[in-house]
Amino acid sequence: MIPAQFDYERPASLAEACQALAEDDEAKVLAGGQSLLPLLRLRLAYPSKLVDVGRLDELKGVHDRGDHVFIGAMATHDEVMRSPAVTSGCPLVAMATSHVADPAIRHRGTFGGSLAHSDPAGDLPAVVLALDGVFVARSAQGEREIPAAEFFVDYLESSLAQGEILAGVKIPKLGDGWGFHYEKFHRTAQAWAIVGVAAAVRRSNGAITEARIGLTNMGPTPLRARATEAALRGVELGDAVRQACEQAAEDTSPPSDLHAQPDYRRHLARVLTHRAVRTAAGSP
Amino acid sequence: MTVQEVGQPRRRKEDARLLTGRTQWTDNLTRPGLLHVMFLRSPMAHARIASVDVSAARGLPGVVAAFSGQDFAAEQGSLPCAWPVTEDIVIPDHPPMAVDEVRYVGEAVACVVATDRYRAADALDAIEVEYEPLPAVVDMNQALAPDSPKVHEAGNKAFNVTITSGDVEAAFRDAPVVIDRTYVQQRLIPSAMEPRAVMADTDGESFTVWSSTQIPHVLRVMLAVVTGIPEHRIRVIAPDVGGGFGSKLQVTAEEVLCLLLARRLGKPVKWTESRSEGNLTVHHGRDQIQHVRLAADADGRIRGLQVDLLADMGAYLMLVTPGIPMLGAQMFNAIYKMDAYQFGCTGVFTTKMPTDAYRGAGRPEATFAIERVMDELAAELGMDPVEVRRRNWIKHEEFPYTTISGLTYDSGNYEAATEKALALFGYDKLRAEQADRRDRGDPVQLGIGVSTFTEMCGLAPSRMLGEANYGAGGWEHASVRMLPTGKVEVITGTSPHGQGHVTSWSQIVSDALGVPFDDVTVLHGDTAIAHKGMDTYGSRSLVIGGVAVVKACDKVKEKARRLAAHLMECSPDDLEFAAGAFKVRGTEQQRTIQELAYAAFTAHDLPEGVEARLDSDATFDPDNYSFPHGTHLCAAEVDTETGMVKIRSYVAVDDVGTVINPLIVEGQVQGGIAQGIAQALFEEAVYDADGNLLTTTMADYLLPSAADLPNFTLDRTQTPATSNPLGVKGVGEAGTIASTPAVVNAIVDALRPYGIHDIRMPCTPERVWRALEGVRR
Ligand SMILES: Cc1cc2nc3c(=O)[nH]c(=O)nc-3n(C[C@H](O)[C@H](O)[C@H](O)COP(=O)(O)OP(=O)(O)OC[C@H]3O[C@@H](n4cnc5c(N)ncnc54)[C@H](O)[C@@H]3O)c2cc1C
Repeated sequence: MIPAQFDYERPASLAEACQALAEDDEAKVLAGGQSLLPLLRLRLAYPSKLVDVGRLDELKGVHDRGDHVFIGAMATHDEVMRSPAVTSGCPLVAMATSHVADPAIRHRGTFGGSLAHSDPAGDLPAVVLALDGVFVARSAQGEREIPAAEFFVDYLESSLAQGEILAGVKIPKLGDGWGFHYEKFHRTAQAWAIVGVAAAVRRSNGAITEARIGLTNMGPTPLRARATEAALRGVELGDAVRQACEQAAEDTSPPSDLHAQPDYRRHLARVLTHRAVRTAAGSP
Repeated sequence: MTVQEVGQPRRRKEDARLLTGRTQWTDNLTRPGLLHVMFLRSPMAHARIASVDVSAARGLPGVVAAFSGQDFAAEQGSLPCAWPVTEDIVIPDHPPMAVDEVRYVGEAVACVVATDRYRAADALDAIEVEYEPLPAVVDMNQALAPDSPKVHEAGNKAFNVTITSGDVEAAFRDAPVVIDRTYVQQRLIPSAMEPRAVMADTDGESFTVWSSTQIPHVLRVMLAVVTGIPEHRIRVIAPDVGGGFGSKLQVTAEEVLCLLLARRLGKPVKWTESRSEGNLTVHHGRDQIQHVRLAADADGRIRGLQVDLLADMGAYLMLVTPGIPMLGAQMFNAIYKMDAYQFGCTGVFTTKMPTDAYRGAGRPEATFAIERVMDELAAELGMDPVEVRRRNWIKHEEFPYTTISGLTYDSGNYEAATEKALALFGYDKLRAEQADRRDRGDPVQLGIGVSTFTEMCGLAPSRMLGEANYGAGGWEHASVRMLPTGKVEVITGTSPHGQGHVTSWSQIVSDALGVPFDDVTVLHGDTAIAHKGMDTYGSRSLVIGGVAVVKACDKVKEKARRLAAHLMECSPDDLEFAAGAFKVRGTEQQRTIQELAYAAFTAHDLPEGVEARLDSDATFDPDNYSFPHGTHLCAAEVDTETGMVKIRSYVAVDDVGTVINPLIVEGQVQGGIAQGIAQALFEEAVYDADGNLLTTTMADYLLPSAADLPNFTLDRTQTPATSNPLGVKGVGEAGTIASTPAVVNAIVDALRPYGIHDIRMPCTPERVWRALEGVRR
């Protein structure tokens, strides 16, 4: 890798890291480097300085905090998918994380890096959006919380301000009766999702009482399939579910690339949403 | 007691070193004062170069030199094309660094030499190039239109060939069935694990070039021819080379320029490409449009075959660019008998990276077309695709058989390979499941694909290469040195880059001389050590180079026999050679080959006319190609809702003749099948209408990994080749040639009830879905 020149700093604390960022408008946070380094390698990004937060204990670990699971921004994908707090408290996160890239990348890439990067093709943004996670950001000015619905602003753009560091994400635990599934559609095991669907479905007495559906790579940000969520409420399993899922691509603006045109992505969103909801509802 | 080494699944001698990183990749090598080269590459597919200003780059820290193409115009020569397939072929001038005009995105226009790669890369940004855009020519059909912009002044047609055998018109006249199809062989990017790298150094008189190449010997000759540096002043070394697949069967701009930069600066220089640079400028593979017509009788018997190819040359003719489609010229008829055959091919210039050899080179293209069309014939007649093949293939008892295209297949047993494959595959059971899924309207449909392939390989008989206008011979050379302690040093002219020659050659020598496997070492890849060779490509190494080793061992034994007879005071005819020793028949008296090596070394008591060495050289040049064959079967599940294809099972029964090392053979077949599947399902180099390559990273150019492939069930039949004393046929390309049509046939078979009879490669889920959408409407 032959990137352009940059400075490198590895602060000893989160406060110092915030300071380092505040001093330099062109500085960038370095986490696992699995998205940032490819950009540097291709000389698509020219940061003046990398502030490496990868070793800050304050950002590490996964914590069960009763009504929610707090996932530290620097928890690696591998830690997240194996964490008992995650597999029991928010299993959808573990399911989706196990589909991220390959084992080597999962040992380096981080939960926070994936979300801060705000790539709509990443698997985790749609999941955190579907679960109504709350982002915790730190800066020299202090801490603030950002609901998932406000976090993803545009393609590769989050609502983190320059100088703000993502400390972690609170994932609310859902109560009883919920089932989950992440359906990822991609051409090779290591590739990004052409379309992904994160589904959380609650059933009671055979009917769906609530559904939350996050869509990966169906627009410049991760999206919720709101129309389908609404249509699924109160529906019995069967044909009605299929019909509800026919609305999964409403209000999306999927990208066009070498792997798929928008109309195909819309079609996939409908088919995959149906599959994800059915599986989450426990009827494969 | 000695075990026969040939046939043993020996673990590779190479692997411990390779796997533990004690390797010598070109990029790992260094020299005192080494400088680093980077190339500025054209962002335009086609443009006149108005000016190149490198002065700002020259002034940057760490920059030692910067040059434009103009700076080397007088000495850089033209990159060679060694295969002028016709008399009137157009071979355009091909300067290693563009001087007046660029003709593809990625063509080098300037270079920087700096103390490290970072500074070199920074300095590239400081070079100013003014381009005057010219129209890109991306599509072959458009390139041939009379009003098309021209890639070269002489036009966009490089050559045209037509070969006819038999009465084609008669074969098609009143034929009960004519299948007429057009297939597209997409452009592929060979993706060796090790990117290309070159280092060059000089002592003021002579030059050494280290390159990640498959062809150090050819490269040495060509560097001399291109640069005018006398051949005896150039030494080429191919250190460890991490794969090539044909992409390193080339004489590249970077090799020539590194050599010239070392001369100009009097310093060692090195260049290593990045993966994205490689995607742009490693020569590409395939890229043909194939128009195929097949005439048959109502019972499925083939009457005639007519093939018309457009072959995309890209912007220039490189080492064997025009020869690649011609390697398929005699292969479209494959294993089938027919009355008439016509092959036509037009080589077309476009403003894209030149194409050249890629695993299989011409033969996968031919095999794909005929095997696809055989399935179409079966469908048209409502026959089983295996049965259609059976009715047309050359029967076991008919060998040797001269095909309609003029090749003589020495041996083969298509019946045996096919029977074995069908049994392993569970053909009938899968057909039953397929019928059931069709009846049920299962959203996941099952398809079965067959490919009964053959290939011509072991390139090649020099006489035949001469007839094909190829610029070199096809012999191979080997030396066997008996060291004083009885150990054996083998020098081979082949240039392994992952194939395990060191192991296989050791097994051959072990049997030939009766020495332990571990007592044999194999040297290669350095023109100062292996002074003669034709290198490694076209599944030739074992078939030609391995046989040369056997011949050299024979000569060693002949010398040893005379010495043994002298020492034991008998006639050479009284000696028999077994288990590494010459024994006087009917006595206990013997001399081992090791003892004889030592006796030759001390030379205290040599017979009249015998030199103080047993060492011997041999070259081998076969009379004929070899013709591996096999039957591959693929079962694929097609999700008709999403278009996703999943390979459920894959069976390959290959006949590669005698097997020296079954582990290595299996590895070659596994990798070959994976690469062929990759063409069927995943890989495609995509250029946009302006001639920009869109697949410059592995996020866009998809390569499958083990996780994307099923376990293959492999087996073999063994019908030894009669064209060489080992009976070997070559296995490097077989899997790649066979598997692509097997997979696509399976996909089309699954979709046939929907009225679909083709999916363009790679058969992406979107393409499958669109085909289904097209018929659902
Ligand atoms: C070959 C390959 C395949 C991949 N496939 C997938 C896939 O299938 N699915 C998927 O979801 N991902 C995939 N990824 C991406 C991977 O998940 C990365 O881990 C992730 O995108 C970024 O995490 P990181 O820790 O490496 O962040 P980095 O690359 O270090 O940073 C990414 C961006 O986020 C910013 N950033 C990082 N941490 C913080 C923070 N705490 N606060 C503020 N800003 C921050 C950085 O400044 C940078 O802009 C793939 C990556 C590769 C290389």
